[in-house]
Amino acid sequence: MMQIVLAVTAVIFSLAAVGAIIRISRGPSLLDRVLATDVLLAILGGALCVDMAVNRHLNNLMLVVAISIIGFIGSVTVARFVADRREQPNES
Amino acid sequence: MSPDSTGLDAWVDVLSAVFMIVGATMSLGAAIGLLRFPDLLSRMHAATKPQVLGLFLLLASIGLQMRTWWVWPVLLVTWIFQLLTVPVSAHMVGRAGYRTKHLHRELLTSDELEAVVQKAAAKAAREDGSGDG
Repeated sequence: MMQIVLAVTAVIFSLAAVGAIIRISRGPSLLDRVLATDVLLAILGGALCVDMAVNRHLNNLMLVVAISIIGFIGSVTVARFVADRREQPNES
Repeated sequence: MSPDSTGLDAWVDVLSAVFMIVGATMSLGAAIGLLRFPDLLSRMHAATKPQVLGLFLLLASIGLQMRTWWVWPVLLVTWIFQLLTVPVSAHMVGRAGYRTKHLHRELLTSDELEAVVQKAAAKAAREDGSGDG
């Protein structure tokens, strides 16, 4: 049963990652890309969790802990330096 | 929670499988929300799903699958740090999005920040005027 669960979650995570990457590439603003990058990081952490749970090992646990502790720094840094350079507002 | 033959083991497996499927579906929901919602603030609403509830479900499935007690505090620490740090980045992104006007004003039901921003702008203008004179 666990192998079926692994396959199903792999498909779901792949679709979710594709959606987040589409939003990263399409934008339209920098903040949308930052937000989609955060979602992509959360998807990565979730995939690591599923791998650990199905295969019953804890090799990636410290990586998940580190993601949850310092994963917010990137988006905070980018959000601090964002500026409005659009010609017309509300195009997003 | 040691493996036994009473059927409890199978139920724990089923529960963790359900947690994994639902937790993965949270990520898919976030991706669909990112693609379909119209502006930054509503996309931020969708983006929080895998970061909080999705991570909780997947960490719980790890704890259920490992069948040990000592792993639960580590998972709890992970989730608590996620709960502490995700609002920081969401606050900064939302603040920058408001300041740079990445929002559809007609979709807001109320805007309590606008009065504060206008008050601060008026105060800054007043101080500028007194400084010049």
